[in-house]
Amino acid sequence: MLEATELECERGGRTLFRGLSFALAAGELLRVGGPNGSGKTSLLRILCGLLTPGGGEVRWKGAPIRGLREDYSRELLYLGHAPAVKDDLTPLENLDVACRLVGMQAHQEALTWALNAFAVPDLPVRKLSQGQRRRAALARLLLSESVALWLLDEPFAALDIAAASYTEELIGRHLAAGGSVVYTTHQPAAIDALARVVQL
Amino acid sequence: MIFPAVKTIVRRDLLLALRRRSDVATALLFFVIVASLFPLGVGAEPNLLRAIAPGVIWVAALLSSMLSLGRLFAADHADGTLEQMLLGAAPLGVVVSAKTLAHWLVSGLPLVLIAPLIALQYDVEAGLYGVLALSLLLGTPVLSIIGAIGAALTLGLRGGGVLLSLLVLPLYVPVLILGAGSVEMVAAGLSAEGQLLLLGAMLIVAAAFAPWATAAALRISLE
Repeated sequence: MLEATELECERGGRTLFRGLSFALAAGELLRVGGPNGSGKTSLLRILCGLLTPGGGEVRWKGAPIRGLREDYSRELLYLGHAPAVKDDLTPLENLDVACRLVGMQAHQEALTWALNAFAVPDLPVRKLSQGQRRRAALARLLLSESVALWLLDEPFAALDIAAASYTEELIGRHLAAGGSVVYTTHQPAAIDALARVVQL
Repeated sequence: MIFPAVKTIVRRDLLLALRRRSDVATALLFFVIVASLFPLGVGAEPNLLRAIAPGVIWVAALLSSMLSLGRLFAADHADGTLEQMLLGAAPLGVVVSAKTLAHWLVSGLPLVLIAPLIALQYDVEAGLYGVLALSLLLGTPVLSIIGAIGAALTLGLRGGGVLLSLLVLPLYVPVLILGAGSVEMVAAGLSAEGQLLLLGAMLIVAAAFAPWATAAALRISLE
């Protein structure tokens, strides 16, 4: 499904990685490992097409992602470093906008259900803690089961044990349903055992 | 795929503006204050005031519209929602158009509505209010659309605000000349049809092409 060949990335005049190749099939889990500053986030951003690699290319189902643009975007879910929630909106409004932007018409009940599953309080995001913001962002996972590829940058950061293990459960379910997941993490997680590792 | 995305983004940005009313009020107050300083500065000579009114009001509108440009993408860039928009189902040019439309509704339209009130201070003839508002109605969207290119290019730069004005102000010149010129034409008893048609043409051309330039600039800025 996802295929990276000879990827090269340079940031701020420093080569982060070179000649990185891997392939990811349906139902596979890939963990991107490496110390801080080794280019994990850059790799994920290259994989979702936000960043152009210095060399090499990323292919999705055989076609280079540069040419696919929105057709590729529709098949992936990227949760980045920043939780991508607006401070002045409530988690419900945030989730609603996020779903509509990817062309999904989610019902109010489905949105509320997803937020309740992650125990996100119904307050403006400004009043939420880091962990609760992260939960508000992760609630999208529950509504994205039909999205083939999940790219998760530090999904467990700032989460408590219960929320982290629930996230792992969702990732496991997605894999079982034939989806693919690429993630980065510094915290050891139970799903690491299932994952192939790309070390930067 | 396109219309729902536009609706979502415009609604979201208007909701955000409603929750942060002070940001909107700042740009509008700036316009009112700048336009009110001139009569105080140049004195109460009615003929002089009448002569400078179109130019001053237009320059104030231009500066006020530029003041709010920095906010167009910066907040969404900082909290990561802009990345999500790039990865959305709608083409980026459509996203940009929707954001620009919302920006104009919040920062441009109030100027159009309040301008006749400002013109009172300059003892402008009542017959000119219409053409003043109409020229601003056609011109301020062009300012937002062209300004969006500059806002996207300077996104994430330190001291981007000053660079933004240097980039964008020269591009505003044709709009300023045509906008202020249309009011002066009517004041001189001539028809402003030519100026207004040209402003309308600029609006159409800018709305059709500039969002794609903005989209390209955004992709570069987000790398």
